[in-house]
Amino acid sequence: MFAFQFSSLSEFLQMGGVYTFHIWAVYLLFAVFIGYNLLQPKMVRRHFLREQKRRAARDEELASKTNTQK
Amino acid sequence: MWLWFAKLGSPRWFYELSDKWLPWLYLSMLIMMSIGLFWALLIVPEDYQQGQTIRIMYIHVPVASISLACFPLMAVAGTITLVWKMKLADMVAQSVAPIGAWFTGLALATGAIWGDQIWGTWWAWDARLTSLLIQFFLFIGVIALRSAIDSTDAAAKACAVLAIVGAINVPIIKYSVDWWNTLHQPASNFSMDPVSPNPPEVWVPLLVMICAVYIFFAIALILRTRNEILQRERRSQWVIDLVAREKNV
Repeated sequence: MFAFQFSSLSEFLQMGGVYTFHIWAVYLLFAVFIGYNLLQPKMVRRHFLREQKRRAARDEELASKTNTQK
Repeated sequence: MWLWFAKLGSPRWFYELSDKWLPWLYLSMLIMMSIGLFWALLIVPEDYQQGQTIRIMYIHVPVASISLACFPLMAVAGTITLVWKMKLADMVAQSVAPIGAWFTGLALATGAIWGDQIWGTWWAWDARLTSLLIQFFLFIGVIALRSAIDSTDAAAKACAVLAIVGAINVPIIKYSVDWWNTLHQPASNFSMDPVSPNPPEVWVPLLVMICAVYIFFAIALILRTRNEILQRERRSQWVIDLVAREKNV
């Protein structure tokens, strides 16, 4: 039951030869799908944190300016 | 019980709890996915009819079956939003829509690639394929509807209603292969018998992949929901403190 189906790396990459493209295209799409859905939220989060930090810094600057004017 | 329910509705509580869950979810996804992919690509024997293309099943079936779980989840979250006005439920409903669209799109794409090999055609207006395509458009519709309405509360209600009504499509997709004579095959039964057409050596790795993809779905949903929590609660003190604590962004 637990036997390797391929005897070499090139045989594995060929996947029987006839439908090599079909099989690897499915696995490639799956990799893109996993990668995008894990990285996209991380990018959004980073963008949000940067934006909020920028805002906080600007608000602080404004507050200190109004204080010195008084 | 009610205290737990009320707490779960608190976005901050969910955010802090998910901080603790995420590392474990990542770890279990990594383990399950490695075992599943290794098994599916290297160990599963060739199918007597399909040869090596049987390996497409280990991606297509988990993705397609979980794509069917997204819409009911969105409908349940929508119901909670309408009945109890729970903020977190709407954030989950909003986060699950793009993930559901991705899952459905990938199920259609991998199905087309498989279909080209096994049926000799990329697409057929078969009941299963068509109803899944409708689900894809429904997800796009929910996303578009939300972005078209400016008020968060009004968008939440409209999307909740569309999610509940659209969920009628899910049993149609599920049972289309039994109700109509489709090109798509009906679900296969798992069998413990090693000489049956669907022995354990074929379905056990499939089960591992289904678990792995489910964990991935949970992670993707949690990540998006956390972003939505931060965005909507950005004026509350705990998010301001959290932003201040974050270094190197």
